[in-house]
Amino acid sequence: MIAITVNGESRQYPAAPTIAQLVESLDLVGKRIAIERNGEIVPRSRYPEVTVSDGDALEVVVAVGGG
Amino acid sequence: MADTLTIAGKTYNSRLLVGTGKYKDFAETRAAIDASGAEIITVAIRRTNIGQNKGEPSLLEVLPPSRFTILPNTAGCYTADDAVRTLRLARELLDGHALVKLEVLGDADSLYPNMAETLVAAKTLVAEGFQVMVYCSDDPIAAKALEDIGCVAVMPLASLIGSGMGILNPWNLQIILDRLKVPVLVDAGIGTASDAAIAMELGCDGVLMNTAIAKARDPVMMAGAMKKAVEAGREAFLAGRMAKKIYQAQASSPSEGIIASRKS
Repeated sequence: MIAITVNGESRQYPAAPTIAQLVESLDLVGKRIAIERNGEIVPRSRYPEVTVSDGDALEVVVAVGGG
Repeated sequence: MADTLTIAGKTYNSRLLVGTGKYKDFAETRAAIDASGAEIITVAIRRTNIGQNKGEPSLLEVLPPSRFTILPNTAGCYTADDAVRTLRLARELLDGHALVKLEVLGDADSLYPNMAETLVAAKTLVAEGFQVMVYCSDDPIAAKALEDIGCVAVMPLASLIGSGMGILNPWNLQIILDRLKVPVLVDAGIGTASDAAIAMELGCDGVLMNTAIAKARDPVMMAGAMKKAVEAGREAFLAGRMAKKIYQAQASSPSEGIIASRKS
């Protein structure tokens, strides 16, 4: 079991998922998002190959209305 | 020759830039932006609501990057580090798009820019290849420093964000306009159409606003009014206003050939 933080909330997975699997589990496939892992951008092209580790902090963002 | 605005090598017909926040819904957002004629529109970058709003359209589906130049901002950032991280995320989100709006705020009550942090963030972003349009105070020295760092546009406030108080210090804006070579746009504080026109009459290259349109009673009508005000102000600037004559009237009609006054 690993525990990671996504947008400030703790989540647990039985085994370490790739970013692609994580995106699927969050119901965000096909959405225009960007992901930062421990302060570093994960490029979209690398979602299938990057695996999260226990204790990772992820930020998943979208564009919203703003000035 | 068409009077166009060039920022970072790209040419725009509209000198009105608008935000996309505070609207009732996406339909009103799109209608107001269409009425404004704006080509550059700002967006904020925020955490996605995981598991919520599934199936709802996203902002960028309503305002597609194929149609508008999307200008991601760093609203809500109080440190250079947060602002830089936000814009790195924005660049990834927008497929490598480099044009961004940097703002680093000082405190939540005034939303006044923290210029020390803004300068630090601007340096980092320019070094990383971002094209930085920067929100700043109306301090001519800080504005020049931002130009020297390599920002592609400098955007001093007219008054506090969302205050609608208009241009409080036109003289400082004038100094900034006189000294800088990059486009200078007024960002924040515009309340109504005359404020936008005054900014353009001063010689500003453009105006960026959000609340003045979104919080008008009729946002779509106000968006149209702002479009006309920016165009009118720009044309007045280009036309060159008459000299002011303080306490010295000068008749517009001929002083000769006036009919004789009757003796009373």
